[in-house]
Amino acid sequence: MSRKETLVLGQGAVIRAWASVGGKKEGEGPLCREFDLVNGENSLGQDSWEQSECQLQQQCAELCLRKGEITPKEVDLTLGGDLQAQCTATAYAMRSLGTPYAGLYGACSTMAQGLALGACLSSSCLLPRVLVMTSSHFCTAEREFRTPLEYGGQRTPTAQWTATAAGACLLSPKGEGPRITALTFGRVVDLQITDINNMGAAMAPAAAQTILRHLKGRGTRPGDYDAIVTGDLGQVGSRLLHEILEGEGLPLPNHRDCGLMLYDLQTQQVDAGGSGAGCSASVLCAHFLPRLAAGEYRRILFLSTGALMSQTTFLQGESIPGLAHAIELEGCI
Amino acid sequence: MDLTPERYQKMVKRAGPSSPLGTHCLWAFGVGGAICTLGEGLRQLYLSLGWDQDASGALTSITLIGLSGLFTSLGLYQRLAARAGAGTLVPITGFANAVISPAIEFKVEGMITGVGAKMFVIAGPVIVYGLTASWVWGLIYWATTQMGWGG
Amino acid sequence: MNYLWAFFIGGLICVIGQLLIDLTSVTPARILVGYVVGGVVLSALGWYQPLVELAGGGASVPLLGFGHLLAQGVREAVDAQGWLGAFLGGFTAASAGICASLIFGVFFALIAKSRDQN
Repeated sequence: MSRKETLVLGQGAVIRAWASVGGKKEGEGPLCREFDLVNGENSLGQDSWEQSECQLQQQCAELCLRKGEITPKEVDLTLGGDLQAQCTATAYAMRSLGTPYAGLYGACSTMAQGLALGACLSSSCLLPRVLVMTSSHFCTAEREFRTPLEYGGQRTPTAQWTATAAGACLLSPKGEGPRITALTFGRVVDLQITDINNMGAAMAPAAAQTILRHLKGRGTRPGDYDAIVTGDLGQVGSRLLHEILEGEGLPLPNHRDCGLMLYDLQTQQVDAGGSGAGCSASVLCAHFLPRLAAGEYRRILFLSTGALMSQTTFLQGESIPGLAHAIELEGCI
Repeated sequence: MDLTPERYQKMVKRAGPSSPLGTHCLWAFGVGGAICTLGEGLRQLYLSLGWDQDASGALTSITLIGLSGLFTSLGLYQRLAARAGAGTLVPITGFANAVISPAIEFKVEGMITGVGAKMFVIAGPVIVYGLTASWVWGLIYWATTQMGWGG
Repeated sequence: MNYLWAFFIGGLICVIGQLLIDLTSVTPARILVGYVVGGVVLSALGWYQPLVELAGGGASVPLLGFGHLLAQGVREAVDAQGWLGAFLGGFTAASAGICASLIFGVFFALIAKSRDQN
């Protein structure tokens, strides 16, 4: 009974190129200088917010391919997704990109999901060149899941701010760049959180479980990593993650949360921090991958965390299932 | 990891920051009171212009709704509401905001299926249950008049 | 004096709503519905009219006042037309508010555009 839950990829898949694009608020935050591109206003000159998010992905994909010095024709598969119903931001962005495409839905866990799947395909040379990308947009998320943008509502202090951002990575079996060397697909964990304004709390147990499973599968300790990075737990979820893991006798001194890095919580009025599929994707591509490439980080564990409810299940009083996938990244030696 | 939902609920309650109740109430009181005082001022104005009680009330509502629409369309009502909370929610201007904001937001989905249909997304239940309650009261009131001890 | 009462009563009604939002898990949409239905009930019990006489706009501007308006309208219509009035009075009394909201909704939808909060 020794089923392998953590996959070790040997040589691993190389992240040959990456790109990150941010919106207005992201460009005013602590990571403003680390993005490849920051849009000064979030409509990106489009007529609808949905088109704006689509444009965001197009920008990001084109930047990533240009940095990887590769044309869309040479890409074997694009794995991508977003938060819009039926993943339309990605699907519509793919109209102009024209590579083979498989859509993913993992809510805010999409980036790690895509990288994990892409690494399997790429490192095994089944589909060598895989583009992984995802995005989120504050305005599409608000109008689809919450209230109209002009509606006068008060945000609760546990709520998180959907990032207007996108991230893209180009994987290949060989070459220069940070490598994905191991990965663990998460299991759905649901501890009966029903508060849609407290997603960090809904996702923290899933993150804790995946971290524990990955460390066990690899036989590592938190100290073996330069950083253990979670996607968008925010202030409340991060606090809960620490509490859960301390209960397991595993303190996490080197934990970073992308939702807490993307904005300045003191001045930017994002309440408990950032969230959205684009949050972990853009912070990975803007902050962590360059540092792995520069040798500043040797090894990190990266998790994207997703809350997998829908508007319908929420209205029906269902609790929020959480999911977290982990990928282990090693820097250039 | 053996964490029960019951134990986790307690952890979540401890971990979550609570709303700043005092500040929220002060803002709600100030802004809500100000909107109501503005309403009273408008009512007195219409009365002084010679309109009767009912007409002055109706004109006051119409004016406040128009102002709410203007502020909503400029994105200012949302900004005020982020601080004022119930102070902008409970007055009739909040009802107007609940009708007008989806109308503006869903314009991109068309004048019929967007503006026309989505206007009632938030405010519809208010009209439905307000009218239902008043209908029930109407029947009760009618029954009391029939029995000779109402009115 | 009128204005002071309007400010005080109006503010107080809003504070009750704020306490409901912050201390309970009642959502704003439910609060709106609760206020209108509550206004109908308070008016039916005869408790709201004195408040309107005291505070004017302070009692009629909050949604409780909208419920009061519905209840009053129904009562007058029942007096005039019997049981049929239960069907007629509510919309008649509330027509200014509902109609203005819808008209302004269409108007501002025509001239305004969705705005980013970032």
